[in-house]
Amino acid sequence: MNRNLIIGTALTVMFLILAAVSFVWTPYDIEALDIPNKLQSPNGGNLLGTDHFGRDILSMIMMGARTSIAVALLAVGIGMAIGVPLGLLAAARHGSLLDELIMRGNDLVFAFPSLVIAILITAVFGASAVNAIIAIGIFNIPVFARLSRAAALPLWERDFILAARVCGKSATRISIEHILPNMTNLMIVQGTIQFSLGILAEAALSYIGLGAQPPTASWGRMLADAQTLVSIAPHTALIPGLAIVFMVLGLNLLGDGLRDRLDPRIRVVRT
Amino acid sequence: MSLLEVKNLTLRIGATQILHAVDVTVGHGEIVAITGESGSGKSMTALAIMGLLPQSSDARGTILLNGTDILQTSEPDLCKMRGNTMGMVFQEPMTALNPVQTIGDQVAETILIHEKTSKADAHKRATAMLERVGLKVPPTRYPHELSGGQRQRVVIAMAIALSPKLLIADEPTTALDVTTQARILDLLRDLVQEFDMGLLIITHDLAVVADIADKIVIMQHGRVVEAGPTAHLFAHMQHPYTKALFEASSHAVDMPEAAIAAPLLQVENVARDYPVARKTILGPRPMFRALEGITFQINQGERIGLVGESGCGKSTLTRAILGLEDVQSGTITVDGAPVFTGKQPNLAVRRKMQVVFQDPYSSFNPRHRVDRLITEPFHLLQDPPTGPARDAAIASALTDVGLTPADATKYIHEFSGGQRQRIAIARALIIEPALIIFDEAVSALDVSVRAQVLDLIADLCRKRPLAYLFISHDLSVVRTVTDKVMVMRAGRIVEQGDTETVFTNPQHQYTRTLIAAAPQLPAIAV
Repeated sequence: MNRNLIIGTALTVMFLILAAVSFVWTPYDIEALDIPNKLQSPNGGNLLGTDHFGRDILSMIMMGARTSIAVALLAVGIGMAIGVPLGLLAAARHGSLLDELIMRGNDLVFAFPSLVIAILITAVFGASAVNAIIAIGIFNIPVFARLSRAAALPLWERDFILAARVCGKSATRISIEHILPNMTNLMIVQGTIQFSLGILAEAALSYIGLGAQPPTASWGRMLADAQTLVSIAPHTALIPGLAIVFMVLGLNLLGDGLRDRLDPRIRVVRT
Repeated sequence: MSLLEVKNLTLRIGATQILHAVDVTVGHGEIVAITGESGSGKSMTALAIMGLLPQSSDARGTILLNGTDILQTSEPDLCKMRGNTMGMVFQEPMTALNPVQTIGDQVAETILIHEKTSKADAHKRATAMLERVGLKVPPTRYPHELSGGQRQRVVIAMAIALSPKLLIADEPTTALDVTTQARILDLLRDLVQEFDMGLLIITHDLAVVADIADKIVIMQHGRVVEAGPTAHLFAHMQHPYTKALFEASSHAVDMPEAAIAAPLLQVENVARDYPVARKTILGPRPMFRALEGITFQINQGERIGLVGESGCGKSTLTRAILGLEDVQSGTITVDGAPVFTGKQPNLAVRRKMQVVFQDPYSSFNPRHRVDRLITEPFHLLQDPPTGPARDAAIASALTDVGLTPADATKYIHEFSGGQRQRIAIARALIIEPALIIFDEAVSALDVSVRAQVLDLIADLCRKRPLAYLFISHDLSVVRTVTDKVMVMRAGRIVEQGDTETVFTNPQHQYTRTLIAAAPQLPAIAV
């Protein structure tokens, strides 16, 4: 076990637990306003203090973790579910017109700054968590398509693929049976990194009001709400900000650690 | 005093003992060969002499080069010695050169690192050195413009640019074709005489050793088992391992009589073109003719060899026969049915052929268990066995190739190279094809393992009539396991006939060159 992997796993698991617990219990109800008790600094009653409506920040962080993780996870899921098959198809038909079409289509999506298009999509179809998921998901597609094509191409040159072709197996079948299992490591590592980018993107969209809508809690919107209050109650901005930082840091460290662990070439160099 | 004296060299890496009290001496103008199978410690010995051992290793003993103990010398001093007092030639000429530098620059760089001289002088000497190693191209060329043999000459020129006292060559000819190998060995022999260098050559190939070395050191499991002057050692082998190694290298397989029946594979007048890069921007893509006028036939139960050097079209022909790629003209049929049927493979034809590849490490999906690996050809059957019948088929296939049914649940990384090649043969045989293509199937194996796999092939032929096409660059192997042989050069078959006839009385000039170039082991009764 290397240090990155341990810290990354610890941070990620911590947020996952916070999100999971929020389904059954939070210290306070986040929809209940308690104006007299607003902008309290962290104290015994509210461990992380309260916001401008007197809502408990710890409870909101827990609910926000749930939103962030759900949005990012589904977005990565969309990216993988569409991107990986596209990449495998392009690799199987390497050099064909289909390969060109898929990869140039990818370039097209890559060419636009992802947040701008996300803003466009949510602006056209309305701001909601679902539209945020779709918008972030679309930008995960070319990442996975390119990566899986690049991972599949050298595998196609291996003798065991030739042996499978001699056995009359179709390109689709070879892709599923032989290519996909040999690139899962790479997909897992890229998945964690895209997951952290998804968290960031969700926070950014919510910050500008295009992500999850009230009363759903979201770290990005907590930041937006807090920005005018920074001078009076800095903890209202600091706490959601730190939550984003640690979640993203944790996922990046986890991705790094997993790569070191799953890639045998790097492992040899390091030991 | 000898030029190089390795005494009592012991090496540990972590908890593993790699070398046990190794002694080697090399004198001025002497060629010493260290030989042994993979894992014998021969390459580690060479690395120790160059002072290039991995960080975690612990070497004891003395390595005296010209009076300096390498093991006691600091890294900066070793850097001064490498290239200057000792030169090195590595196995892989493809990766030993910097692809973005001209060959003249690379040789000149070696000179400039060690001597304070002008660039012009270094280039002049580099050019002279490249000429000396018999390179007939200008020094302004880049490595990718050269063939494997030419690159190895450049590597040698770099190694000897400063006339080192000791030249260490680690498998210098293993990656080369036989005719090229013969020329490189000649060159090395000449250079040793001219510069009065000591040459320490590391090789697994006993025939090469017999050809070039004055003295031989035979290693096994990190120990020197036998050492002595070449002729004397070959005449009076003492150690059983030496005898076993020698026997395996010249192993003659006891093949059963071939039971030749009806025609099986017919290849008629086949040509295959590949498009290559355009010469002009808008011009037509020129074609490279990889195969031309290939015509031959394999009958049921017939064992045919195909020899030729790299780039002669052997692999292209294999792919065409297996029906993986179309050909531009001509026909390839198995039992009268064409092997290539467009996108949808004709399973009835595919069922009759299987293939065993060269590299035992890339031939298997590392994520599947052996049972799944060897039953892959069942995909070709209309009604593949399931349940107990499948288990029985797996058990019998594994037993046939000398493994046990219990191996079915293991992953491929648990097996050695030789065992993997057995598994590859099991995979090829499980659907009982009429024809197997062995594509350099034993070339990557150690001699003793190679002998066992060849015996296995003979055994399998004894059990049932088996036709195969045995593709190899190794003439001695082809000679022992085939009835007929075809010699290929530049996409054409230049000679074909009965194996013994072709080898004893070659008709084509190229066949003669090939046979003459192949290093020979002296015939000695073991």
